[in-house]
Amino acid sequence: MTKPGLKYFLASALGATFLIGTASAQAETLRLLTWGSYAPEKVIELFEKKYPDIKVQVTFSNNEEMIAKLRATGGAGYDVAQPSHDRISAVQKEYGIYKPMDLSKINTGVMAPNLLDAVKANTTIDGGVYAVPHHWGTSGIMVDKTKAPNAKGWADLCDPQYKGRTSMRLRRTILLGTAFSLGKDPFAAYANLGEYQKILDEVTAKLIACKSNIKAYWNSGDDLSALMLSGEVVVSETWDSTAYKLAGQNSNILYVPPSTGALTWIDTFALPKKGEADAAAYKWINFVLQPEIVTLMSAKSGSMAAVKGAIDLLPDDKKAAAKAAFTDKDLANLKFFANIPPGIEDMEGKALERIKAASN
Amino acid sequence: MLQKDAQRLSLLLLLTPFLLWILLLVVLPQLGIVGISLREKVGPRQFTFGLANYLAFVQEPIYWNTLLRTAVMSILVTFLALLVGFPVAYYIAKIAPYRSQTALFLLCLVPLWVSDLVRAFGWIVLLRETGLISGALQAIGIIKGPIELLYNDATVVVGLVYTVVLFMIVPLVSTLNGMDNSLLEAGHNLGGSRITVFRRIVVPYAMPGIVAGCIIVFMMTAGSYLTPILLGGKNSMWFTEQIYDQFITRYNWESGATFGVLLLAFTSFVVWLGLRLTGQKLATTVAKD
Repeated sequence: MTKPGLKYFLASALGATFLIGTASAQAETLRLLTWGSYAPEKVIELFEKKYPDIKVQVTFSNNEEMIAKLRATGGAGYDVAQPSHDRISAVQKEYGIYKPMDLSKINTGVMAPNLLDAVKANTTIDGGVYAVPHHWGTSGIMVDKTKAPNAKGWADLCDPQYKGRTSMRLRRTILLGTAFSLGKDPFAAYANLGEYQKILDEVTAKLIACKSNIKAYWNSGDDLSALMLSGEVVVSETWDSTAYKLAGQNSNILYVPPSTGALTWIDTFALPKKGEADAAAYKWINFVLQPEIVTLMSAKSGSMAAVKGAIDLLPDDKKAAAKAAFTDKDLANLKFFANIPPGIEDMEGKALERIKAASN
Repeated sequence: MLQKDAQRLSLLLLLTPFLLWILLLVVLPQLGIVGISLREKVGPRQFTFGLANYLAFVQEPIYWNTLLRTAVMSILVTFLALLVGFPVAYYIAKIAPYRSQTALFLLCLVPLWVSDLVRAFGWIVLLRETGLISGALQAIGIIKGPIELLYNDATVVVGLVYTVVLFMIVPLVSTLNGMDNSLLEAGHNLGGSRITVFRRIVVPYAMPGIVAGCIIVFMMTAGSYLTPILLGGKNSMWFTEQIYDQFITRYNWESGATFGVLLLAFTSFVVWLGLRLTGQKLATTVAKD
């Protein structure tokens, strides 16, 4: 390189660093730790247009990994996390990875009051509220109505007439669903670990006996979709949102809230303890709860936002599927996931291991 | 004298990145893991020092069964990878014309350009009940109904062999490349049959490559996660899945760390045992005279 060239090169390199430096000083970054469908491109684009000085960075995850990530850093690295409502209280007490929220900065007026109250009740620690609701949905069963018209509940996954044609996800939801189908109330038993262990033992025995009936355990919504759309599986545990999505591709696929009550989760907004962009975080929360954004987001996730009149904000195809799935009686029978007290995860983990390891 | 110091300095400088890497990214985290594994939880954010996590492993048959299962299947995968990899490596190094060697070698590398995840999904598309192979077999009338080839241990083994066989081929090719063809000719001239030549000349010569390949493949297989999870069925537990479950779904870092240490210790033991049984030394696989 000749001398003038070198000078030019150095100057432009310096200039570039300078530019990058100023750019990063101006733009604030909002780091979201969330589920796959809670940050569609389109929504991020609209948000960045409205707030040009905020840059959104998204990391997709699930309940367990969110907690593990935040635990590893003591609550640093992200500005908003979206765990489910039952996963906050015990985790906060044990690892202290969130900070209390300032509700005056959030348009709580647009939220459905029952969901807001439920989340507040579940996540208030020492007077501080640690989460507000975002989306909610249920876990139940999905059926192909031409091949399994009579499946009504969790127990049907183990019905021999569907041998080799059912699927479930080997996580805590199926333990709880099976407990309800056996006539127990696992949430009531949380207070007494001994009693809960008894229920778990029964559930474990039931699910081990059921193993030969099952084609495969699914791990993600994608596995489940492939199994269901190919017709390899006709009855499966599912999230309602996945079922609504599949209904759009095959109208024979229905979501059925189990007769013992669909298990209901609420995904929330929480602020990681060492988050650095709280103001931007509140802006994001208020932004995504606006009706037109809710519709965009629900089109992607298939689940309902925790705002008033959410069912009417669903895109048309999903609205029809949701209205067809739930009767008023089903809605009155929703079973909200109860707060998980310490120790439960270990007991449930053991039960799941036993089921997976059993050869049947 | 001065020159010797300069030599020493350059050696030190050359080694520094490697030493830093080993120390900061391998040794220190391992020590951290060992530290966590020796912690017993007595309450929220309260810990004491003890061996309870290791005891829990010994007392729970599910755990050590999974570890044994993983080890046995990994050994099987290693053996099959050697069986599949050796002819390929021999062809590339000894039989193929000199010019096409590089191209052939490159062809072996191609699958590695795609991530593990995509390759596993490739197998899923092929093997599932409504997949390509099942469909093709029905179309040509070999089977009547659809057949499920996914979700069993055989599929896991096939998937793993496919993923790791390259790491068997590379060291084999490089050792076989160094073998002088005149050795083979001499063997034949002295009246050795093909089998004798192969057994007494080729295999002993390739031994360092075989040992290196087997060690790499065994370690990779025992530590793999995606392939066994995605292709495995309802009964197939892999030990790494246990570690993941302990860390992530059960929030039990202590027990997860214990399993990590045990996996490392156990696989190292298997490698040591393998070296002892075959009468090889680790040194011969690295330094060739």
